[in-house]
Amino acid sequence: MHKLLIPLQGDFVAQRFDLAAEAVVALLANGRLDGPPRTIILERPSAEELCQLIVRSEIAEVVCGGIDELHYNFLTWKKVRVIDAVIGGWRAALEKAVAGTLRSGQILPAEPGLKL
Amino acid sequence: MTRYQQFDIAQLLEGIPQAAMLLDLSCRIVAANRQLAALTGHVEVVGLHGELVLRSNIGNHRGQLYQRVLDSGESLTVNGDMINAARQRLPIRTTITVVKTRTGKTAGLLVIVEDRSTAGAAESIDLLPSTTPELIGYSPKMQVVFQLIPLLAQTDASVMITGETGTGKDKVAEMIHRKSARAPFPFIKVNCGALPPGLLESELFGHVKGAFTGASRNKPGVFELAHQGTLFLTEIGDMPLPLQVKLLSVLDDREFVPVGGEQKIEVDVRIIAATHRPLREKMQHATFREDLFYRLHVLHLHLPPLREREEDVRYLLDHFLDKSSRALGRPLSGFTPEAMQLLLDYPYPGNIRELQNIVEYTVNICRKKRIPVDALPPYLFEPIPPPPAREEMKSPRVEGESTGETAAGAWSAGESWGEIERQMVVDSLKAQHGNRTKTAAALGWGRMKLWRKMKQYGLI
Repeated sequence: MHKLLIPLQGDFVAQRFDLAAEAVVALLANGRLDGPPRTIILERPSAEELCQLIVRSEIAEVVCGGIDELHYNFLTWKKVRVIDAVIGGWRAALEKAVAGTLRSGQILPAEPGLKL
Repeated sequence: MTRYQQFDIAQLLEGIPQAAMLLDLSCRIVAANRQLAALTGHVEVVGLHGELVLRSNIGNHRGQLYQRVLDSGESLTVNGDMINAARQRLPIRTTITVVKTRTGKTAGLLVIVEDRSTAGAAESIDLLPSTTPELIGYSPKMQVVFQLIPLLAQTDASVMITGETGTGKDKVAEMIHRKSARAPFPFIKVNCGALPPGLLESELFGHVKGAFTGASRNKPGVFELAHQGTLFLTEIGDMPLPLQVKLLSVLDDREFVPVGGEQKIEVDVRIIAATHRPLREKMQHATFREDLFYRLHVLHLHLPPLREREEDVRYLLDHFLDKSSRALGRPLSGFTPEAMQLLLDYPYPGNIRELQNIVEYTVNICRKKRIPVDALPPYLFEPIPPPPAREEMKSPRVEGESTGETAAGAWSAGESWGEIERQMVVDSLKAQHGNRTKTAAALGWGRMKLWRKMKQYGLI
C-alpha cells in the first residue's frame, strides 16, 4: 500500500509544483485505488512546504507538472518517485499512474469539459 | 479559427526570433514555433491551454492575464520565470497581444516569450568589444582572436575552433553566435565525446516514438531545436565514424531523418565545431573523415595556450581572485609578491581552467588578507612531469571528464577545491558502502549538508 499525491490546478495536474494551492492524495493497494482520492487545501503555494508535507505524510509517488531540479532532487533523495512535466487532467493522470503507464513529460489526450 | 486556415500560421511563427504561440479565444494553442518547443521541452502542444505548457509565475493563474488582454484588447508585457521539462527555472519576459480579424473582431492571442537568462551576458559583450567579462586577453595573440571574432560572426560558414583544453573554446563559440545575425535564435552546445553513439545520434537528430526501447514519445534533436541558430559541436574529434557520415549529409543537404523516422526535416543551422585533438592525425589514422574535416574547417580559429600569452596571467589572476572572493564572501587584497611570482612562472598546462581552479583553491584555503605561498596548491611545487603538450594532444582526456583514478590527498594539476571535495565525498561514500548517514558522520557533516554537496557534485 502506498500514497500518491498530485498537485492540482482546477481539473488539471498543476502546471507548477511550487504554485499549486491544492493537491489530491490517493491510496494505492495491489495496483488499484483503495478508496476515493482525498483533496487537500494547502495553506499557501510553496514548494518547500509541499515537500515537507510529502515527506511527513509518507507519500511514495508524486505526479506533477513543472518542478525545479532542487525540489525534484530533494524528493528523489527522500526516495519519493516523481513523475514530472505531465500535462493533462489529474483524473486521467491518476488512472495512468495507477496502471503504471504514466511517464515524465507525457501529454495526456485533451478531455472536454475540464476547467483550469 | 477558420480564418487562420488561410495562412500557414506555424510557418509565420517560425519567423519570430523568440518562443511564440498563437492561442484561440479559449486560450488553447493553435500553433507554436520551434523556439517554444526548445524553451518548454514540449513539442506536440496544439490544443493545450497555453499556461499549462508555459508554466510561468507571471500571475496568469487560470489564464487571468490572457483573459485580461482578450477583454481590454491592450498588449501586456510581464517579467517572471518558468520551469521547463528539463526542470530548469528560467527568467522570462512574456508579451501577450490580442490578434484581430480584418473586421476588427478578436480572434485570439499571440504570446511571445523571451528567455532572459542570457540577456545580461549578451549586453556585457556588446559594451566591451575587445575584452569581455567572459574572455580576458590583452596579449597580442588574444587581440588577434578578438579581431577575428566579429569577422567570423558576419559570415554563415562553418567555423573550427582549435586549442588546448581550458583555453576558452566554448566561450569563443558563444561570442561568435551572439555577435552574428543568428543571435536571437538558439545556441545549443553538444559534447560529441560525452555520449555513447546511439544516444548521440538521438540527441543530434531526435527520434520518433517507438524507434527503440524506451522511445515513448517523439523527441526533437538539437539540429531541429537549433533551427535558424547555431549548433556548437564540441569534442568533434570524438564523434564516432558512422555519425560523421550522417553529420556530413546534414551539412550538405540541410535536411535529415530522425532516428526511426521516415519524413525528412529541413533545417537552417550554422555549425561551430571545436576540438583539442589533432584532426589531421586522426584523418591519417582513418578515425576522422577527410570530407567532414574540410566541410567544417571552412574558417579556422586557434586559441593560444596560456603559456604563449604570459602578459594575461596577472590580469586573469586578479579577475578570478575578485570573482572567487566575492562568491565566497572573503575580502582578499591579493597575493604576496612571492606567491604572485610563483604563479607568474608556472606554465599552466591546464590553461585558464587550471588557473581559475588554483585561485579558487587558494581562496578556500587562505585565512589571511593576502594569499601567501603556503596557501597555493602543493602540486605547484612539484617538478612538472616531462610529457609536453604534444603528448597530451595524442591522448588527451575529454574536457570535464573525471578519470576516477585520483586518490584522496593525491592532488593533480587542474584539480580545484571542488574536485578535491567531490573526491573526498566519493571516497567516504565508498568506505561506508553507500550509507549516507555514516558518510555524513564520517565527514563531520549533517545529512542535509551531505545531500547538498552530493547534489552540487552531481552524485545524485
